[in-house]
Formats: sequence, C-alpha cells, structure tokens
Amino acid sequence: MKTRYTFGGDEHIYVEMDEEMSLDAFFKSLSMSNAVRDADIPGVTEICPANASFQVKFDPDVTHPDEMLRRVQELEHKAESAEKRMTTRIIEIPVYYQDPWTHDCVMRFRERHQDPEGTDLSYAARINGYDSVEAFIEAHHSQPWFVSMVGFVAGLPFLYQLVDRDKQLEVPKYLSPRTDTPKHTVGYGGCFSCIYSVRGAGGYQMFGITPMPIYDPEQKTSYLKDFMVFFRPGDIVKWKPIDRAEYDRIEAAVADGSYAPRIAEVDFDLEAFNADMEGTNAKLMEALNAA
Amino acid sequence: MPLKIIKPGLSTTIQDLGRPGYFHLGIPIGGAMDRYALRAANMLVGNDEGAAGLEAVFMGPEIEFTEDATVAVCGADMPMMVDGEAVEPWTSFDVKSGQTLSFGFLKTGARIYIAVSGGIATPPDLGSRSTYPIGSLGGVEGRPIAEGDVIPIGGGAGKAGRSVPAELRRGPGNPAQLRVLPGLYWNRLTDAAGEGFFEDTWTVAPEADRMGYRFRGGRHLEFVDREQPFGAGADPSNIVDGCYSYGSIQVPGGTEPIVLHRDAVSGGGYFTLGAIISADMDLIGQLQPNTPVNFVKVDMEQSLAARAERKAGLQKIRDALA
Repeated sequence: MKTRYTFGGDEHIYVEMDEEMSLDAFFKSLSMSNAVRDADIPGVTEICPANASFQVKFDPDVTHPDEMLRRVQELEHKAESAEKRMTTRIIEIPVYYQDPWTHDCVMRFRERHQDPEGTDLSYAARINGYDSVEAFIEAHHSQPWFVSMVGFVAGLPFLYQLVDRDKQLEVPKYLSPRTDTPKHTVGYGGCFSCIYSVRGAGGYQMFGITPMPIYDPEQKTSYLKDFMVFFRPGDIVKWKPIDRAEYDRIEAAVADGSYAPRIAEVDFDLEAFNADMEGTNAKLMEALNAA
Repeated sequence: MPLKIIKPGLSTTIQDLGRPGYFHLGIPIGGAMDRYALRAANMLVGNDEGAAGLEAVFMGPEIEFTEDATVAVCGADMPMMVDGEAVEPWTSFDVKSGQTLSFGFLKTGARIYIAVSGGIATPPDLGSRSTYPIGSLGGVEGRPIAEGDVIPIGGGAGKAGRSVPAELRRGPGNPAQLRVLPGLYWNRLTDAAGEGFFEDTWTVAPEADRMGYRFRGGRHLEFVDREQPFGAGADPSNIVDGCYSYGSIQVPGGTEPIVLHRDAVSGGGYFTLGAIISADMDLIGQLQPNTPVNFVKVDMEQSLAARAERKAGLQKIRDALA
C-alpha cells in the first residue's frame, strides 16, 4: 500500500491510500481523514472520506497549498497506528432484482454499454463466470456488504462485499455515464455495489431496486426523522431478495410510516474478519436475524 | 411582498453561495455557477454579497413585483425591460410595485443573476437557499421556480443607478480559455494524450448543466497501459471510486471530458486528469453549447495568482460602489 498525494485544482488535496480496494485501505483512509479533522488545520472546509482515498477541501488564501499538503502528510503516521475496528450496525435491505423499472432504463441506454445485445445482469454474470443470472444474483446477496463510502449524490452508499478477493464480483462502469437512473436502483461498478438514493445520472450497471428510501430531505420517512441521510461509512448491509408483491407491500408500509428496517448493533474487527471471514459473517447474520 | 412568477424561463433557480459541509454525504456545495456575477449583482442593490438571487439559464423569467424594490442583473448579456422599457445590465434600477421585469433573447453568455434588495427569502435547507433539485433541497420546495410561484423577498430599498464599470464585467472570451492544474490521476494519460488535451480545441456539448459541463471534439485520450487495480473495473479510465474535486475533469472512456461544477457528484469511478482552477469556475457558468474552448495548462503559482486577480476584481467593484 503506497500513499499518493496530489492537488485537485487550488482548493483540494486528494490522498489515495492505495490504488486497489481493500478494507485495510478503507480503515487507513478513514483514520487519516479523522486525524485531519481532529487537527483542525486553518482553512480546511470539507473532509470527504472515500473507499480507499479521501479529499480535503480548503481555502488556499488561509493556508498555502504547499503548507496544507505538508500538514496533511504529517498525519499519515496516525493512520498507520489506528485501530481497525468499529461498533456499527447491520441492516437488511430488501432488493427486487430484475425489476421492470431498472430493466426499462437498462434498455434505454444500450448504446452506452459494453454489451448492447444483452442486459447489465446477463453481462455481469457472464464476465464473472456465472452460468446464469440467477446464480450471479445469489452471489450478490448471499454474503453481507460493508459501506466503504457515502457520496456521489445525496447519501448514496458504496458497498464492498465481505468475502475473499477471489470471490469478489467485478464489473466495469458504463462506457459513458447514463443521463438517467431510477431512484433506489441497486447498482454495480468495479467491485462496489451501490444504492442510487435519488433519480439521476449514473455509470454503474443496474441489477435491481429497493423499496426502502435512504434519503429524505423532508425527513418524513419514519427512520429518517433525525437526519435526511440513512447511511454512514462502516454500516454493514445484507441484501434480501424480494418479489413484486413484497416490493409493493414494503413501499406501502414506507408510505404509511409503519416500515421499520431490520437493524442490529454489531462490532466489526478487521483482523478478526481477515482471520475468519465465514465465521465473522455468520456472527453478523446471527445478530441481524435476532433483531 | 413577494415576487410573482409570470413565466419561469427555462430553468431558473434560487442560488446563493451554497451549502458547504455536506459533500462527504454527496450533497454538493451548489450555489451560483457564476459567483462573481451574483456577488456583483448583490453589491449593486446593497445586499450582503452572499444573499440569494435568481439564476436563469439561456432564457430569463418574467416577474411581477408586488412591492417596490431595487434590482440588478449581472452575468450573461440578455436585454431586459421593466414594463417594456429597456434597463441596463450590471446596473441597479428601481422596480415599482405592480411593474413587471422581463427579458429578451440571450446574446452572449449563458446565465443571468437577478439580485433584489433584501435578497430572496425562501426557507434555507442545511444553511443555504441554493436550489439542489437532485436532492430536493433549497429553492422553492427543492425545485426550480415555476409559473405562479410566489417568492418572498427580504424587502427594503437599495440605490438605483449604480453600475459596475465595463472593464470589471467578467465573462469568458470566444474561444474560451479555461485554465487547468494537472493533477489527481493525470499520470494515467500518455504524454501524447496529455499534450493533445491542451492542444485541441473542444466545444461545449449539449449535456452541460449545474452538475457538469461536457466537452467534445478533441482527440481520443490514450491511457498508459497497466493491469487495472482490484476494484476499479476493466476500462482503463476506471479507478477505485474516490472523491471528486469541484472543477475536476473526468474523461470516461477517454472520449468526452466532463468538468464537474457547483452541483458536482462527490465521487465516482472515472479517472480525473486535474481540475479547472478556482478562478475560472465562474466562466464555465457562462458557456453556451457549441462554444469553442481551449484548456490551458497552469501550475499552482499561476492558479493562485489568477485566484488573487479574481478577488481583486471583486474588490475593485466594491471600491467603485463605495
């Protein structure tokens, strides 16, 4: 893992902990971005942690970019020594795979896709070596996921699957981003799954849709009354495949305020996970199923 | 003492200087695309420079005033009238209760900024009135203004007849020159591609909005060969999803550069080759589709000098109006 520092124009410093995705890079990036926040460097206006990188936005009239870079670099040792564990929550997210709405969008943007003759799911299944779309979908939801970044648009989570690297699913992004994606689409790009929190542009392959809102600026949704954004880095997610009838039932429950997502508090320790992935995931699922 | 929207224009939004502090959740700073023009308009009517005004793109709105106010319009060159009588841009003027402000056809530039004495007084979301339609924040119920909207203003009168000197009315040239600080994932490009990016003349594509401006017409960018890092995706323009800088330039597939603007997505999986310097972000907000553009390579010291120059321009306006 080699840290790389670079400027994004005259107002940003971008720190890439590693070119590759790993939970080690995520924890290191999160620790270092926290250290930058704690350091309270004059002129820093925003700190955005990402999957294996983070960005600092600052006012170069307050602190010169070279000085800002020096002060950020000084904090790297803190990330090296930080603990790689957190108390977090596991959440069950219902997903209606191969739904009609994302399918319609998939077909509308075929000219921007690597495989214009197929669908996003048939393409993803094939390039990941699965015999069928169903087997690929099974691989997508059988093991839990870790929220390694929140962003893109309003509260969108990026999720990294808690499995060995040789079991990770990987797909490219669209050749050129779409101008439209249905709200609540469950997408995939690189090794990341995501949930599009709102309707809009996007470059990820589209697999399905969740009936569960994860962003509500009016804060009317029962579980979003405290804050409009549902996810935070470190959340763990288990996809639950559902059919159209269940989708409609949950959507109605969300609308009448009676829907409560299944959530359990859990501890996540990266070393314990690396030592025993199946065992760690089984414990996470036990906690979720008891909730 | 609100404004009544007779015609909303094409996409007219309430904007101030934005809502910093939520980019880590994917909620961008937003605010006026051309902050220089919004600040100038607010100065002319005696507002705080960060007061909310109206940003109209390509086509102006038609607004009936229900109280007396002082108004100034800066930015794009678009003729305007009060009850059919022409009034001057970059100059404050009075509008009486019952009068209507309307606009003619856009000549140059892309966006006008309408400041009204006392500022637009819609309720802020997360500390800003700026409209972010994707996230339904700010503005009127989180959206651009619509026919029949009644928009509250702060009230009070400014001073009519104040004017920004002609040499301080900043706008892009034609072709526009946009200065770029190479960085971020610049090293993904071959030397020839890096040179070609700055040599070629690009034009603004129709897909150009508050989130980003797309450009086309230059040569396809070639990437340095590598085995793609785990998690990035197979295309050579893919990276492990990271944060995006405001002004950063991504080139999906190596074909069409996209410059992220005020309503930027906060991150994603396409490589970026650097960023437009902060001083030139305003200029992008005044680019029409099909405008030719040259990207000009600068270093950090040049970026900071340009930033200081823009700041000095605003100070000159303040001094001229003092």
